[in-house]
Amino acid sequence: MKCDLNIDVHHLTRVEGHGNIHVKVKDGKLVDAKWAVVETPRFFEAMVRGLSHDLAPVLTARICGICSIGHALASLRAVERAMDVQIPKTAKKLRLLAKHGETLQSHILHVFFLVAPDFYNVGSVIPIVAQHPDVAGLAVRLKGLANDLCDLVAGRTTHPVSLAVGGLTKAPSKDDLAKMKIAIEERLPDMLATIDLFASLKMPAFVRETEFVSLKGVNEYPWIGGDLISTDGVVKPEDDYLAMTNEYVVDFSTSKFTKLSRDAFAAGALARFNNNHHFLHEKAREAAERLGLRAVNHNPFMNNVAQVVESYHVMLESIEMIQALLDSDLKDIRADYKPTAGKGVGAVEVPRGILYHCYETDDSGIIKKANCIIPTTQNNANIHYDLPELVNQEMARGKDENEIEKLCEMLVRTYDPCISCSVH
Amino acid sequence: MKYLGVELQKPKVGVFDFTSCEGCQLQLANKEGSLVDFLSLIEIVNFREISSDKSDDYDVALIEGSISRADEVERLKKIRENAKILVALGSCACFGGVNSLKNRFPIEEVVTEVYGDMPKETEPVRRVSDVVKVDLCIPGCPVSKAEVERIVVNLVTGAEVKFPKYPVCVECKQHVNTCLFDLGQLCLGPITQAGCGAVCPNGKYPCLGCRGAFADPNYEAFKNIVAEKGFSMEYLKERLSFYNGFSGAYKDEM
Repeated sequence: MKCDLNIDVHHLTRVEGHGNIHVKVKDGKLVDAKWAVVETPRFFEAMVRGLSHDLAPVLTARICGICSIGHALASLRAVERAMDVQIPKTAKKLRLLAKHGETLQSHILHVFFLVAPDFYNVGSVIPIVAQHPDVAGLAVRLKGLANDLCDLVAGRTTHPVSLAVGGLTKAPSKDDLAKMKIAIEERLPDMLATIDLFASLKMPAFVRETEFVSLKGVNEYPWIGGDLISTDGVVKPEDDYLAMTNEYVVDFSTSKFTKLSRDAFAAGALARFNNNHHFLHEKAREAAERLGLRAVNHNPFMNNVAQVVESYHVMLESIEMIQALLDSDLKDIRADYKPTAGKGVGAVEVPRGILYHCYETDDSGIIKKANCIIPTTQNNANIHYDLPELVNQEMARGKDENEIEKLCEMLVRTYDPCISCSVH
Repeated sequence: MKYLGVELQKPKVGVFDFTSCEGCQLQLANKEGSLVDFLSLIEIVNFREISSDKSDDYDVALIEGSISRADEVERLKKIRENAKILVALGSCACFGGVNSLKNRFPIEEVVTEVYGDMPKETEPVRRVSDVVKVDLCIPGCPVSKAEVERIVVNLVTGAEVKFPKYPVCVECKQHVNTCLFDLGQLCLGPITQAGCGAVCPNGKYPCLGCRGAFADPNYEAFKNIVAEKGFSMEYLKERLSFYNGFSGAYKDEM
């Protein structure tokens, strides 16, 4: 079939930030397919220069409203590694617990508020509240739980307050932690209902073989620090992040692109699952099986499913971590340190993939140079190269312009792009 | 929604983002316990982050972010024309916010630092009120959802919108926190506009003044305390300029 397509999505909706999709097909031949980020750049890497090291995590948390805890943690890790600060074990556990709260909050926000409306053929979650109150109830209760967990451990969900260089400024009380454990346990049926719901949704059947990059798990599913790994067999230490990302600037986007062994690679929940699925909690592994998610999966739309699986995993792991915290004393949460000159990298698996912060400090702990590479930056090229493949496959199936446009939008959404983040 | 037995018209609300992290927008989707009630009070007609529906017909425009590009100026002016009430939402919109830290450097240097030899368009950061008339400022990084809900209810019911006339210190004392100055920290609580519930000092983290100066700050007394506790003026100024919420005020006095 010879067809013409002119898809021009200006400021794609239900994503964080401003991005455009351009697709042009003439006489059945693809002429142009582009993922163009047009977000206004903010220049955090330039802004942070000259600031005291303890303000770097406070400032860079403001790169993103959704994953501000992840930015604070990557920033703290970079500062602490630059100045060789060893944080107490309890602080490590509490930080990971805050991160689990953020992962749950972000994944639930994405799969219900941003993705689900596509499956119900509505413009937003608001009609879902009226038409499917049971579904909206799941979203609101699980997201509320996640926000409560972040508030309890980090002091606030958006832009945390208690995560500070050396550890944490304040630990939650055992009483509040015990209540939180019960609250998470009480929400497990909601999570199981979410798994049932996603088992009933049919993800678009699009496959493009790609490379997946994540942290490399050692005995457990990886979240903070460690080696980097790709499904194409590349393994690098955390400090060698530049060789893993090869960031470059393109003329049509204010967000940069990256590559590794091929033209593009993907980071995020599906990448973490593909590289580390054997470290998932046993029940989360069973849920993945039920949802038809098996490694290595090359369908980007399954990223939504991987987010559901990870949501279950972090809930289960949080219950175990809180129990361990209740069995310990919560006194040793912050290390003393003296500012020093140095260079440090912090790699953290945030909801959308690996986030890297790297800083150089001077003798008095002032930031001299900074570099941040964001998960969405790493996914930009993969989105960009998925688009023409998706359009060609769907044209071959005889889909019309409206259907293809909707699938293009859904494709970008499935990566859960955090565009403000990527144009930091 | 009914108020005193009278059916009220739902105001049409548009939410618009400029140079920002979109964290203030995200607050509108938070506080899940009252989210459904809050959404029943207003009609959201334009909120790209959570909805595909778009309309230019709105009464209230909530503006998030600061202004740093020519196309943002144009978009903001159009929104101003359409809206009856324009609200600056959050510290970036009210004061320029952390984005203002960019203004410490020459713009070309900033661009080269990040994009090398493929420059992207940008300008020094401005507040929303530097570009268009602002009817109401709701400060905070991020805004407090409880405060936004209270203000929106006031706008809907025609009640006067009021902000506390006291500093964060008062709210901090209400939580019976140990003063952060006594823990060896420099806290801007004594001069910062209250309304956040002292969320940072509650987490044992000093206030950095994201809500800007309160109505009647005593800069001279504050400066003396800071000096007494052994902090340099340079250290104080770094904190005061973090959100740009004291610009103008302290420069003359400190």
